[in-house]
Amino acid sequence: MDSQMMTGNLAAAWGARLADVDYIPAFPITPQTEIVEALAKWCEGGELAARFVTMDSEHSMMTAAGAAEATGARVFTATSSQGLLYAFEVLYSISGWRAPLVLVNVSRALAAPITLESDHNDVLAARDSGFLQIHAETCQEVLDSILMAYRIAEDERVMLPVIVNLDGFSLSFTREPVSLPDPEQVRKFLPPFRPAHLGFRASAPHSLGVAVIGGTPYAYFRHQMHLASINALEVHREAAASFEQLFGRRYDVVEGYRLDDAEDVLVMTNACSSTGKAAVDVARAEGKRVGLLRLRMIRPWPADAIRDALRGRRAVAVLDQNLAPGQGGILFQEMAASLYHEVERPRALCSFIGGLGGQNLSVGAFHAIFEQTAKAGVSGKGIGPVLLYTQAEHREMTQLQMVAAGSVKRET
Amino acid sequence: MWQRETFKKIKQVPGEEHVLPGSALCAGCGGLESLRLATKVLGDEVVYVNAAGCFTMLAAYPYTSFKGSWLYTTMGSAPAGAQGVRDALDVLIAKGRLPKSDNLKVVVLGGDGSTYDMALSSTSGAMHRGLDFYYFCYDNEAYGNTGMQLSPATPYGARTATSPCSLQHPSGAAQEKKDIFEIWRAHKPPYIATVAPRYPLDLEEKFARAAAFTGPKMFLALAACPTGWLYDPGETPEVAKLAVETGLWPLKEAIDGVVTHTYVPKRKPVEAYLKLQGRFRHLFEPIVQTEAIQHIQARVDAYWERATREGS
Ligand SMILES: Cc1ncc(C[n+]2csc(CCOP(=O)(O)OP(=O)(O)O)c2C)c(N)n1
Ligand code: SF4
Ligand SMILES: [Mg+2]
Repeated sequence: MDSQMMTGNLAAAWGARLADVDYIPAFPITPQTEIVEALAKWCEGGELAARFVTMDSEHSMMTAAGAAEATGARVFTATSSQGLLYAFEVLYSISGWRAPLVLVNVSRALAAPITLESDHNDVLAARDSGFLQIHAETCQEVLDSILMAYRIAEDERVMLPVIVNLDGFSLSFTREPVSLPDPEQVRKFLPPFRPAHLGFRASAPHSLGVAVIGGTPYAYFRHQMHLASINALEVHREAAASFEQLFGRRYDVVEGYRLDDAEDVLVMTNACSSTGKAAVDVARAEGKRVGLLRLRMIRPWPADAIRDALRGRRAVAVLDQNLAPGQGGILFQEMAASLYHEVERPRALCSFIGGLGGQNLSVGAFHAIFEQTAKAGVSGKGIGPVLLYTQAEHREMTQLQMVAAGSVKRET
Repeated sequence: MWQRETFKKIKQVPGEEHVLPGSALCAGCGGLESLRLATKVLGDEVVYVNAAGCFTMLAAYPYTSFKGSWLYTTMGSAPAGAQGVRDALDVLIAKGRLPKSDNLKVVVLGGDGSTYDMALSSTSGAMHRGLDFYYFCYDNEAYGNTGMQLSPATPYGARTATSPCSLQHPSGAAQEKKDIFEIWRAHKPPYIATVAPRYPLDLEEKFARAAAFTGPKMFLALAACPTGWLYDPGETPEVAKLAVETGLWPLKEAIDGVVTHTYVPKRKPVEAYLKLQGRFRHLFEPIVQTEAIQHIQARVDAYWERATREGS
């Protein structure tokens, strides 16, 4: 197995290539575009036997993607941010069609104000769409997760689409060593797509996405989706075991870092978890018993794995790189709901909001998180949402406001 | 002079039905009648890709009106759905995963509201990419399924739920019907045609001719609509007939952009058509809105004068 330096975007494209997809409808948006550019080149050059089509919008792109998957082709597509939201109603259609395609979302904060940099309000807006969600920390994990995503999505017990998320910039444009799985081995892991319950053919007509009248059939089909999504936890476990056997890398629905004797645990997702892990190391060196829990699977929500990891801890801090205005952190709400019924639940839950729109998560920020979480653990009183904003950021913003008001020229 | 080659006599229209009875659509639905006639040429080896509208109720669990397949998409992206289905069928056939005998025609079914506005981007995209599909727009000149609101296909002078007659707008809808035929034509698809359910031979002939073309085959079907246009369901044939005979609904086709009128009516006065429908009653009662009626007549006359001048 050879290892190559590549960006998260290229790793995503390799995931699609190794999954031997049949169809790729595309539409450009930063920071995702490099993925579809790579795929377009491979389709043109014959390295990948897929049809590549540039669509007129993400709404059309997702419709074409879902329709092709429903016809029986293995489909890949990718987007970010505004593109994901532009396609929003179609996400719900695709999961309702039970069309198991894979969509890569390269996280980018939503306008307004407009920015290219990352946070998770885009992908988490899709949390109720019926798509499964896997959030990756490294470029290697991006590639591996795409292969696992197809295997899980296409399993007869699941038959639901998957979003694989990677962070814009910090992963999409960052080169890391990535080991490319051997295509032969991939074929063993991911059998060809031959769906039993999808497809339009002259000899076997099929109606999909039809109207229902009244709540009885509607609720039935929605319940089916929920139960299938829950099945994905078990299917993920099987896929992870098989993946480890073939490729030597192990992925679980959550990942614990230095949890063994940790009193307080910081919960994070995606690429910034690496920064969080480094902060745990620093805090450990100072003698603090802290650890990190990274949520990898967001849908289905791995409630049991979360409870197992956090049972009996003193305090838990959730660092949300998203903001539901008027509410707080999205993942914090779900964590709190999962832990409520745990008898040995942590004494305090703390909610922190940081890293919005590529905002830096400094060593100081993590230091403050650990300090405040420890205090909350002692007092038994949770805090938050705490909006992380350093004095340096405050000074910089004041400067910008003065420039905007025309009272000073920007220092360079 | 345009001539029908395949369908010369009504006897030649196949008797077999492909839109089965018993749907939730209204009695006398002119759109459904147009589709029923179209399927006599299209057959059953079809996958319908539907946009939100009245026709969405043609497949309501656990029933469908078709022996063929069906995919409901969204109001704004049925042509993109057609793209996905067509591409997937082609790929699966090319890779040997689907026998050629299982191939299907891909037919978009969209209302005017979807077609003229919301789905215009995805329709334009599909035409631009040269997608091999049929587009069947049933034009009832309003957002029907939501209760007859003004759409870009609503003609000047029609009363809808959102273009009521008022002191400011005594004539109802103040804007003209958008010319979707010309918008389509600007994309240069190989085949475009307008059809009306009261002219079955003209309609069948056009579907037969379209079959020879690979690429977008665009149909605009008059969907005389008793529920929305406010006339008795039994009068659909008469309303559809007068739409054509007054010259308001020209029957034409465009092959590679070249327009031919397939029927040139003697042009009855537009009143004959308007008077039949409740949506135009305010033009005649309590007082006759002569100016508005003349405006409608003048538009039709101008259209046909131009057509005659251009020899189409
Ligand atoms: C995105 C979206 N907006 C609005 C609707 C509500 N809606 C359903 S059918 C319809 C009217 C469609 O009008 P048209 O395309 O003319 O078809 P008709 O109902 O007349 O058959 C509307 C507005 C919808 N389904 N989707
Ligand atoms: S409202 Fe009009 S177009 Fe819709 S089903 Fe009834 S008659 Fe047909
Ligand atoms: Mg309509």
